[in-house]
Amino acid sequence: MNTIFALSGVVIKELCRRKDFYVLFILTAVLTALMGFANFFHDDKIVRYLKEICLLLIWVSALVIAIGTTARQIPAERENRTIFPLLAKPVSRAQVVAGKFMGCWLACGLALIVFYIFFGVISGSREHYWPVLEWFQAFWLQWVMLAVVVAMVLLGSVVFAAPSSNGTICFIVVLGILLLGRYLNQIALREPEPLKTVVYGLYFMIPHLEWYDIRDFVIYDRNLIDWTSCGLATVYGAVYSAFLLFATWLVFRRKALNV
Amino acid sequence: MHMQTILETKNLRVEFKAQSPSRGIKVAVKDLNLKVYAGEVFGFLGPNGAGKTTTMNVLLGFVNATSGSAFLFEVDVRQPIARQRIGYLPELTYYYKFLNAEELLRFYGRIFRVPSGDLDRRIDELLKLVELEHARKRPIKTYSKGMQQRVGLAQALINDPDLLILDEPTSGLDPIGRMKVREIIQRLKQLGKTVFFSSHELGEVETVCDRVAIINQGELKVEGRVSELVAKHNTNLENIFLNIIGYQPALAA
Repeated sequence: MNTIFALSGVVIKELCRRKDFYVLFILTAVLTALMGFANFFHDDKIVRYLKEICLLLIWVSALVIAIGTTARQIPAERENRTIFPLLAKPVSRAQVVAGKFMGCWLACGLALIVFYIFFGVISGSREHYWPVLEWFQAFWLQWVMLAVVVAMVLLGSVVFAAPSSNGTICFIVVLGILLLGRYLNQIALREPEPLKTVVYGLYFMIPHLEWYDIRDFVIYDRNLIDWTSCGLATVYGAVYSAFLLFATWLVFRRKALNV
Repeated sequence: MHMQTILETKNLRVEFKAQSPSRGIKVAVKDLNLKVYAGEVFGFLGPNGAGKTTTMNVLLGFVNATSGSAFLFEVDVRQPIARQRIGYLPELTYYYKFLNAEELLRFYGRIFRVPSGDLDRRIDELLKLVELEHARKRPIKTYSKGMQQRVGLAQALINDPDLLILDEPTSGLDPIGRMKVREIIQRLKQLGKTVFFSSHELGEVETVCDRVAIINQGELKVEGRVSELVAKHNTNLENIFLNIIGYQPALAA
């Protein structure tokens, strides 16, 4: 674990020293603040729009950070040849994969904490109501979802040659799952065979990232999700992440290091 | 007297598929047998493309041998633990340029599980050794080539290795930089460390090495003590090297 944490520390330092996170946070803050000053349709419940926009921006920013940071990790190690002095130490390729995953996931977690604190301050100061446990659930489930996304992008980074193509493909796949994943079974019912089986197969195969999106619960101040469901969603995310990381290792362990 | 074998290759063979299918398979290393003993400074020589870097890549676990085997401290190089007691300096500097020297050394030190207190002391010692104390907090991307090579040497020494593998350590350095690297190698030798290094600077090799091996086109051509080779051929190492690789000087028109 020591090696994995050392590797993840470098990933977090890299994120802190790049401008991506700061730009996205400032953009989220500025857009949310601008929306906060506007008063659309003289609606007293403007705070709900504000929360919705802020959470949407947090989701988009978190995905950009997760995909952008992860997509370049292993390709940059190979391209800059930093992988050579690293693997010349007692470090296995499995540890490299685990360390990169851990670093990217923890970095996403840190970014999410900053975003959710901002969201909490904006939302709480307007509503004078502080449902911290709901916010924590929203944060936790989004973070678990990002674990699956990070593992998926890491797999893409050892399959696709360029980080940009990997990033674009993963972004489209993640958006596709988030927007269409829940409807695939209904689409399958309407299709003739063999397409029906294919779409059904896809429905059961993809990680259902949309399950982790509980923005509506936070916006409309619904009750807490029961913790057992939260726990099961966490296990589901952990199993998918582990499977994707295993696949990444299978590809990476035989990969030539030269580019 | 029995000397401990630190590095060994047995019938090591490395083949690569040529980029063009019509060119078949390229043999980079042909049945190489080498032994390096504890406390030696061993020069690994050969022209460009001779197979030196490929051999080092096998020793470091970057490339798998097609056949034969290689061992560090009698442990198969395919096991990551074989690299616990080695330090490696690549030919060119490849480090995380957003880190500073201190952070880089701390990162590598943590990989070797150097205890925290020892690591602080070790980092101070190494930065002093490579004369980078003044720049320890500056990002590596702001370093000159010589400074980057020196931070590379420091990272290779962070675990106080018993074996140092140096791939052309003085490549691209100015005369002062070369002198410093040579001094460090000699100091390590005095400390009883084993050094295995490749170089094109044959004068330097003659000065610091106990034994050398010369390979050409993947084959071991000669191996022996520098003093014995020089005495046997009655000339310097550079001429021995040129003769062995079959260099024919161009005749003046």
